[in-house]
Amino acid sequence: MILRLRQAHQAQIRAHVERGYPAEACGIFLGREVDGVRIVERLRLVDNRWADPEEQTHRFLIPPEEVLAAEREAVAEGLEILGFFHSHPDHPARPSNFDREHAWPWYAYLIVSVENGRAIDWRVWELKEDRSAFVERTLEVVP
Amino acid sequence: MAVQILIPTPLRVYTRGEKVVTVEAGTVGEALRALTERFPELRRHLFNEEGRLRSFVNLYLGDEDVRYLQGEETPISDGQTLSIVPSIAGGGRWSSGRWITRR
Repeated sequence: MILRLRQAHQAQIRAHVERGYPAEACGIFLGREVDGVRIVERLRLVDNRWADPEEQTHRFLIPPEEVLAAEREAVAEGLEILGFFHSHPDHPARPSNFDREHAWPWYAYLIVSVENGRAIDWRVWELKEDRSAFVERTLEVVP
Repeated sequence: MAVQILIPTPLRVYTRGEKVVTVEAGTVGEALRALTERFPELRRHLFNEEGRLRSFVNLYLGDEDVRYLQGEETPISDGQTLSIVPSIAGGGRWSSGRWITRR
């Protein structure tokens, strides 16, 4: 699986996660899958809705009503939800155990490491079918 | 009652690619039972070992979260749509009040 983002999307994500720092920031990818390439057509930037604001430096939540709204937007435009992104403030762009416990198979999970307020590392992950681990996938940024 | 159940993309592999599954059911619980009888592999993704709906699996009848209705006892009218909706959570590593470095 390859996640293909446009430079404009990357710039939007960068602004969103740097603005959110030191809290985690998150969002939803809408687009289409063609021959294993997840082509992002549209982003939904989402407020981190993890209940305890103090824990938002290391936790994020996209509540179901956001996912449902995104799903409806996707269906109306002939797209689908391809995956999600979130930031790891002052932490590597690798999934934590907590990420794994709460992840769904198939979706692309982009993690952006934000160090001292700057987005420095971008990595895409997919949960294995048996939920035992994440596998790193390819991020492609196109004009 | 005929109820349409919308299947999110990650679970379609267990419904032979079907995005919408129509079942006969009078309540949300009956709809879930009919769905998982037809596609038994779905069960472990929707329910935990105690048979309860997993906490990050949500069910919406129309626009309403069934947790705020009558849960699995919620009655379904003919033609209503039941959506299985993931909530998405995660985050960095934090344990016992301190960061665990991973490198």
